Amino acid sequence: MSRPINDTLLVWGLRACGAVSGSVVLLIAVFVFKEAWPALREIGPLRFLGADPSWHPVEGVFNLTPMAAATLAVTVGAVALAAPLGVLSAVFCHAYAPRWAAGAYRRLIELLAGVPSVVYGFWGLVVLVPLVAQWRPPGASLLSGVLILAVMILPTVALLSEAALKNVPRDYARGAAALGLSRWATLWRVVLPAARPGIATGVLLATGRAIGETMAVLMVCGNVVQLPGSLLAPVRTLTANIALEMGYAYGVHRSALFVTGVLLLALVAGLVLLAEWLSRGDVRGTAHG
Amino acid sequence: MPRLSVTVLGVVAAMLAACGDAGPSSRDPDALEGRLTLTGSSTVAPVAAEIAKRYETLHPGVRIDVQTGGSSRGIADARGGLADIGMSSRALKPAERDGVVEHVLARDGVAFVIHADNPVETLTHEQVLDIYTGRIDNWRDVGGRDAPIVVINRAEGRSELELVTGHFRIKPSQIDADVVAGENQQCVKLVSGNPDAIVYLSVGTAEFEASRGAPLKPLPMDGVAASTATVRAGAFPLGRPLVLITRPGASPLAESFVAYALSDQVHDLIERQSFVPTD
Repeated sequence: MSRPINDTLLVWGLRACGAVSGSVVLLIAVFVFKEAWPALREIGPLRFLGADPSWHPVEGVFNLTPMAAATLAVTVGAVALAAPLGVLSAVFCHAYAPRWAAGAYRRLIELLAGVPSVVYGFWGLVVLVPLVAQWRPPGASLLSGVLILAVMILPTVALLSEAALKNVPRDYARGAAALGLSRWATLWRVVLPAARPGIATGVLLATGRAIGETMAVLMVCGNVVQLPGSLLAPVRTLTANIALEMGYAYGVHRSALFVTGVLLLALVAGLVLLAEWLSRGDVRGTAHG
Repeated sequence: MPRLSVTVLGVVAAMLAACGDAGPSSRDPDALEGRLTLTGSSTVAPVAAEIAKRYETLHPGVRIDVQTGGSSRGIADARGGLADIGMSSRALKPAERDGVVEHVLARDGVAFVIHADNPVETLTHEQVLDIYTGRIDNWRDVGGRDAPIVVINRAEGRSELELVTGHFRIKPSQIDADVVAGENQQCVKLVSGNPDAIVYLSVGTAEFEASRGAPLKPLPMDGVAASTATVRAGAFPLGRPLVLITRPGASPLAESFVAYALSDQVHDLIERQSFVPTD
């Protein structure tokens, strides 16, 4: 008799948890949109999306597209570096490394995952930026941002990929071995495809972290508002724009920074939809193969 | 959801309570109790918060809230009555002056700062202007080595930028920057790490960081050395007052706090923040 009651409690408890997490996201979106509304009404979305020549809120010019492009460039660059590195390091850890080395390596990666982003930013500002500046000034650049972000998201990719590899049933590998496949062929043709959804989740989470990262990017990217024309040019991301100016913004300027937040939310939402679409293809692919 | 609504309600209630208490209670003007709200410049806020802390220990019945939001907000809040006292790190514009009283708490200067290894010793007004607007982009052209100049600008909305653009009569969009920095510490680290960089920075901060061993060289302006001494004397051209703003007929508590903040009992607090107290 007690089980149904427990069940009802559990169901309602879970519903409450779901409602809370869902409504937090909605409330944040509603609040950001509400704060952005005065600027959107007064200035109009088109001027934020490229009709204005640049971003000088104090002079009433509000183009956000160079910063959106910079956010995408930094994110794509960081993921392009970190995803192969992370996946290959997971493969190494899973299949090739001796047990003690794999353990030590995993601890190191976990440590990397736990370092706060402001520490990465400070390290980048003091070490990485002067290093790049010696080669090609000013040093604070898209490249520095890509490198810092790649280091920051590498652990996410590596740890989740390794977990995904671990979850592939051992029988797959045994079956491949029974067929006389080499270790590399087993990994490349059998284990990695089976682990693909898990690896994709890892890369997606890492991408989300890269888009949302603020402090480290603010310190190393140079924050000049311009389209990213070269790897060595300074750029400003949407997140850095908010963090840089929010403390001193007032009135329309402040509201325009919330519009920056709305654009950022839209970018992340687009990313989630894209990932959904890609993973749907993924499932179908494995079903057929 | 229920828990969330409670939190939201709690926040709203706290805000309402804060609004209700914002004016000092006038039950007993001699005992001075109640609540004061200061808003405005983030340059003034840290020193105001230190002064407020000391004031609170002298008058246990008083609670002082210091909030940042920029000089413009501080002035607007003091004028509009949203705050008892506004804080500003620039002199008030003529349009902002009526209906408020200005009290100069301290002075700060903004100096152009280069790396200590840079052989350049001085830049003229024209040279600084040309460097920041992109007409000069190599140190060779101003008597330095053959190296590109890394121009560091400050984020839009900051009072340093406002002060510099006002002094040189240019618009922020005319500045051709290689890096845009936010906080003072970021500027210090950027210049320390790059011998070819130039930034503008509070004189107090530059002097303090240099005394702690950071490789910084604050440049003189129009022949006046960048130091707290010249700023105090009002001789440094790129100076700014740190101002407290009240309405005429402010509450006795607000008057008492401003009088305390201007007295020499808090000079040590002002100097510790690398500002220069006024006499």
